[in-house]
Amino acid sequence: MATKSLQKRESNLANSNRQLEILSNGIFQNGELPTFKNKISETNQFPLKAKKLEILQINVGYMCNQVCDHCHVDAGPDRKEIMTRDTMLQCLEVIKNTEAHTLDLTGGAPEMNPDFRWFVEEAAKAGIKDFIVRSNLTIIRANKKFYDLPEFFKKHNVHVVSSMPHWTRGKTDKQRGNGVFDASIKALQELNAIGYGMPNSNLKLDLVYNPSGAFLPSDQAAMEKDFKKALLEDFDIQFHNLFAITNLPISRFLDYLIASENYEDYMYSLVEAYNPTAVKNVMCTNTISISWDGYLFDCDFNQMLKLPVNSKVKHISEYNEELLVGRNIVISQHCYGCTAGAGSSCQGSVA
Amino acid sequence: MSKTYYDPADLRKFGKITEWNEELGNKFFEYYGKVFEDGALTAREKSLIALAVAHTEQCPYCIDAYTKDGLQRGVTKEEMMEAIHVGAAIKSGATLVHGVQMMNKVNKLDG
Repeated sequence: MATKSLQKRESNLANSNRQLEILSNGIFQNGELPTFKNKISETNQFPLKAKKLEILQINVGYMCNQVCDHCHVDAGPDRKEIMTRDTMLQCLEVIKNTEAHTLDLTGGAPEMNPDFRWFVEEAAKAGIKDFIVRSNLTIIRANKKFYDLPEFFKKHNVHVVSSMPHWTRGKTDKQRGNGVFDASIKALQELNAIGYGMPNSNLKLDLVYNPSGAFLPSDQAAMEKDFKKALLEDFDIQFHNLFAITNLPISRFLDYLIASENYEDYMYSLVEAYNPTAVKNVMCTNTISISWDGYLFDCDFNQMLKLPVNSKVKHISEYNEELLVGRNIVISQHCYGCTAGAGSSCQGSVA
Repeated sequence: MSKTYYDPADLRKFGKITEWNEELGNKFFEYYGKVFEDGALTAREKSLIALAVAHTEQCPYCIDAYTKDGLQRGVTKEEMMEAIHVGAAIKSGATLVHGVQMMNKVNKLDG
């Protein structure tokens, strides 16, 4: 398992242009598989248009205490891109004025941003309906200074969404690193102990499942049932919902697909599982993703591929919701990841 | 023609069998899909049965398909291997139980 980001390893896949080339060449260039544009055109869904903004997703930095195999951010301890307080202030202005009902903080490990707590405190005051922090769980156990995070989340009524690729140690550690499973279990138990994830509790704790290899997630409801049963029986852990998320073929997951000679089969699987119903609800149509340096993207994946929004407004400092609504969504073949099967978004299945 | 009898890419073409007999092909896939739905057994349990049978039938396409299907359903490699041993036990048991026939014959001819 790698301990450094692709960027640190100076891999050519750290370059987003190279990733986009791979996604446009080969089986998509020779016509073996239809491009995403052609596929959605078959059902008159091109161009994809942004609807009313519902979710504001802010990536506060790419630094992380883990180096997961599948990470689409290429996050890790060696990544230094961190949102400054100045950019956070610009985000807060938008949060106060937006009609979006959900604020979604992600990373990296968002908690590693030195201004994270200040930002949460300020953003919580804005009174947004659903305030999500995507926590990798192990950060809570990584250092003494993070031990009180569960209480901090509780104080600000933060909705915690955490990754958990499997209910067994072997499969979890294979994807996320040695010791991640045990630390995650401990963190979940701590969250449960203060009320997170408990039945009828307002302190929301959801888990994200994404496959540990070159295959797609299965039925979200069935997986949730299996996760709940296993975690309760083995560790007395409870949580609310499971979001099944498909791994998109970019960044480290793309690197893994190519290295393991699974790239073409995986793309076939995505295209074969294409579901036009999922296209209607893809998250880019109701989300804006903001990068650590304040630029705007249709989703976190486009952010990593450096594909900015197709709008006059490019940066949080010039944010204008009216101008962003109705924009054409920027697409490439990675978008098949969000339209396969029951669809996939940061909130799980969409169809 | 392909140089080997089995080509992994052929699995993707399975659906094309309907092109040469649409009615029967469609009936088969409808039946097949229905069999694997949740019922008295869960789809996950059915996937493990299919994996075991795929091995006793020694069908490489089915092994590919149901290994992947199992992974998608969160089935662990330990569960997969146990399922295959069930198939293998029945296969070897089915061979060995015919030993009784041999014993009967020996006893009749030379007992």
